[in-house]
Amino acid sequence: MTPPQRFACHRIAEGVAEGDALVSSDDICFYLVDPKSGKIIEEHHAAQGQSVAGKVLVFPSGKGSSVVQADGLYQLTMQGNAPKAMIVQHPDTVLVSSAIIMGIPLVDRLQADFYRTVNQGDWIRVDADHGTVVVAKKSGQEDSARHAG
Amino acid sequence: MDLTTEDREIVSGKHGEGAALAMRILVGIGEAFDARRLVSITRAHVALSNQEGDLWFAEKLAGLGAKCCVPPTVNPGYNASYFGPIGLTTPDDDAVMQRTFRAYQTLGAILNFSCTPYLFDNIPRFGEIVAYSESSNTPYVNSVWGARSNREAAQSALCAAVVGKVPEYGLLLAENRRATVKVVVEADLADDFDYQLLGWATPKKIAHQIPMFVGVPPTVSPEALMNLGAQLNTAGAVPMYHIVGVTPEAPTEEAALHGKQPEQVVRITRRDLEEQLESISQPAGPIDFVLFGCPHFTIRQVQEIADIVKGKQVKTEMWILTSSYTLEMARRMGLWDVIEQAGGHIVDSTCIDQPCWRHLAGKTGATDSPKCAYYTRRRDMRLIVRSLHDCVEGALRGAMR
Repeated sequence: MTPPQRFACHRIAEGVAEGDALVSSDDICFYLVDPKSGKIIEEHHAAQGQSVAGKVLVFPSGKGSSVVQADGLYQLTMQGNAPKAMIVQHPDTVLVSSAIIMGIPLVDRLQADFYRTVNQGDWIRVDADHGTVVVAKKSGQEDSARHAG
Repeated sequence: MDLTTEDREIVSGKHGEGAALAMRILVGIGEAFDARRLVSITRAHVALSNQEGDLWFAEKLAGLGAKCCVPPTVNPGYNASYFGPIGLTTPDDDAVMQRTFRAYQTLGAILNFSCTPYLFDNIPRFGEIVAYSESSNTPYVNSVWGARSNREAAQSALCAAVVGKVPEYGLLLAENRRATVKVVVEADLADDFDYQLLGWATPKKIAHQIPMFVGVPPTVSPEALMNLGAQLNTAGAVPMYHIVGVTPEAPTEEAALHGKQPEQVVRITRRDLEEQLESISQPAGPIDFVLFGCPHFTIRQVQEIADIVKGKQVKTEMWILTSSYTLEMARRMGLWDVIEQAGGHIVDSTCIDQPCWRHLAGKTGATDSPKCAYYTRRRDMRLIVRSLHDCVEGALRGAMR
């Protein structure tokens, strides 16, 4: 097993959290995630059918009209199925304000080596307050597919 | 961020706990985007949704004594005095709508309940700094009016309305309003519906950039621009676009590009539009309903429907959602009578994504809006997407081609 790797990041929404990675190559709209199961229900989505519950989500950006991210994340939170933390490439105001209000750690500005390293199911610890992300490979997972879909 | 003495007083709670919470959220957003300061706004639009998260936050702010110092217009929930008495909503639904109504009333919002305030009752001037949430609002005020708004969340716009300020970043800064991708429209845009498809197709090719469209005729209608922005900002997160020769910051390609070269050039063909239509639409066939008004229909769109159904009867439910203003115009102009006599309904202050449509779950309908088809999946509604004209013909026939 490779030792955990540490990466620098930029804090958007404060907090520290850890969990398994769900890496999506598509943008995510939390309104099209089933609050009861945490599963992405959007058709043709790269991570369709996968659950965001308790995961550290790695995805390019939020999408969807300006109210639905907060409503989606609120319902997931109430059902106990919210993601633990989020790592994005292109933060947008809708996702940022939703994360701050719902208290879900959110970071950005990870360098390219993070994206080369991270795989589906890796264990990730996000420390937004100190600007660090730690990735640990699960044994036998080094060669697994990088992105959903 | 450099906060003024007044900003710091608000954060510290001197102007009340509600304003302090709103200010802390705005400062958090500002820090996330490396904003250097807060700047004053003169208008806002809040995408009220009447859903749990929206209500939770509005009641939280209202409960802490927050008042909007810039009264925002707000989105529709649903018209409880219309749907309650005809049994399409439950007393529990109506109680939630009533709580939403009260919360926004307490916050001092303008209770217009329309998603198209940029067309009549909340129109910013060129260069005005504003905070508009809702997918069709932000692109319209940025692109068509040349005002400056970031792609606000309902909640960040509400915080901005309470405090009267926004962090200065993104589209508030001139250099970030530059077009970065040139979109050559090779498809012949025949009607307003084609702009829905153009808006839905473009983000698939230009992720996270500001498009500059060339090849769009200067006669493009307000409805087409409304459709274009709503779909661009739903299929992707595109809060601003330029159309050369049409929108005010794009008198020429050079102006829209700020004298630089585009990072990317893409082409949109008729085939692209048709592929997108196929991906968002259910297959043609029998329908139970037609749902219009995402975004809210204008009086011209209501007129177009009335012209088609005059003296005829629809075979399916046909709902037209609009603003209180347009509903009143429709009554005065006799269009309301024509549509009701044909078996259709015009309702104001109502959104497609509300509990009043529970009776349509599991059914198949038609709409002219890809955005409508996209969001109603969560309510288990299946939508065939076609032009306004074809949807009305489908309602008369009971099936879509």
